[in-house]
Amino acid sequence: MIKIDNISKWYGQFRVLTDCSTQITKGEVVVVCGPSGSGKSTLIKCVNGLEPFQQGDIIVNNISIGDPKTNLPQLRAHVGMVFQHFELFPHMTITQNLTIGQVKVLGRSNNEAHQRALQLLDRVGLNSQADKFPGQLSGGQQQRVAIARALAMDPICMLFDEPTSALDPEMINEVLDVMVGLANEGMTMMVVSHEMGFARKVADRVIFMDNGSIVEDAGTEEFFGTPRSERAQLFLSKILSH
Amino acid sequence: MNYHWNWGIFLQQVQSGDETYLDWLISGLGWTVSVALAAWVIALVLGSLIGTLRTVPNRWLVLLATTHVELFRNVPLLVQLLLWFFVVPEFLPRDLSLWVKQDMPAKEFVTAVICLGLFTSARVAEQVRAGIQSLSRGQKMAGLAIGFTLPQTYRYVILPMAFRIIIPPLTSEFMNIIKNSSVAFAIGVLELTFQARQMQEDSEQGIETYLAVTLLYFIVAFAANRGMALIERRTRVPGYIGGAK
Repeated sequence: MIKIDNISKWYGQFRVLTDCSTQITKGEVVVVCGPSGSGKSTLIKCVNGLEPFQQGDIIVNNISIGDPKTNLPQLRAHVGMVFQHFELFPHMTITQNLTIGQVKVLGRSNNEAHQRALQLLDRVGLNSQADKFPGQLSGGQQQRVAIARALAMDPICMLFDEPTSALDPEMINEVLDVMVGLANEGMTMMVVSHEMGFARKVADRVIFMDNGSIVEDAGTEEFFGTPRSERAQLFLSKILSH
Repeated sequence: MNYHWNWGIFLQQVQSGDETYLDWLISGLGWTVSVALAAWVIALVLGSLIGTLRTVPNRWLVLLATTHVELFRNVPLLVQLLLWFFVVPEFLPRDLSLWVKQDMPAKEFVTAVICLGLFTSARVAEQVRAGIQSLSRGQKMAGLAIGFTLPQTYRYVILPMAFRIIIPPLTSEFMNIIKNSSVAFAIGVLELTFQARQMQEDSEQGIETYLAVTLLYFIVAFAANRGMALIERRTRVPGYIGGAK
């Protein structure tokens, strides 16, 4: 589904990604973790071409992201993305946030898009908020709307860029619950996150990044059991110690 | 002060003709509002386009837009007006040049509108750019991530918020364009300031004249200000900073 092949990226002279390679097969859930500044967010934004890269290629659903001839908007329409700071469209109601992409990109009728929006709001438990604006919702609610907005496009896979790190602790679980539900339904997911509980529960693999490189790429059991790299061990001991 | 006050002057007839001085001022006010509104349309449309282009990921378009802004921002308005009126027609192709100088209808009005519109478009462009750049980069990414093209992202995501954010400075700009239209008297547009000078000379009641004109400008600018305030209230986003809860 997603094949990352020897990606390198520079900001001017500064190298942010170094020869990153991995694969995510259909239905797989992969959690990417690592210290801040390690390049996790940059890597996940390369997957749908939001960040350009200078070397290597990424293949999503048999389409090359690096190929300048690729119709990126068309591809992105089917790759859901959830951001750290939600990024809902503040001037639109919750329902409009969920319908605009369906109508303007997928060409669905207003009616059809509306039905789908309500169905997804129901799924994330926010039916009653349909006519409110993003600014009137809590962070956890906004992030659930953001997930629903991505799902409204019927994505073939979902990218999550630190979906819970801007949330108050008490709101983290409501978002993780939705994500666990998705994972259990077989959605292909790449999740940049420090939620190790979530990783343990639903991830098939865990990738550990440091300094722009993939240091560790292992099955979940294996990763939490005996990570091979010293750096990953140190990282885990720090975030799991309390 | 040895001055003969005569507030009744406005209802008196002018020296040669059967109009009153008030008729002159009202006609002048009409031209002032016409110049300002027509120029505002140009300023808003062109300014939005240029301001947007200054933020796109194409350095040639950015350069083009920046050039426009600097060109119209760095020369005094009055000088620009005189350039448009006396200099630009000389550099047009021969036939066009003749037509502009001899046959173009409402030559003074059209020149003033183009000049004021372009001058103000540079200022509007900077405000639009500031509005766009005040939004988080994540908003643009979110638009692109659901499959919008870059123009769609601007149309549906970035510009609606950018314009809401810049309504207060745009209000000032709208009021400025009304007041700046007074320079049009220099090329003979029969707007309010022109009529005021004519009335002063004709009636020799300069103080009443200019006080009345001051009041008229104030009323028009204030009305524009209230109109924009209404738009600001109507477009307020619930829950957003500064918006109603």
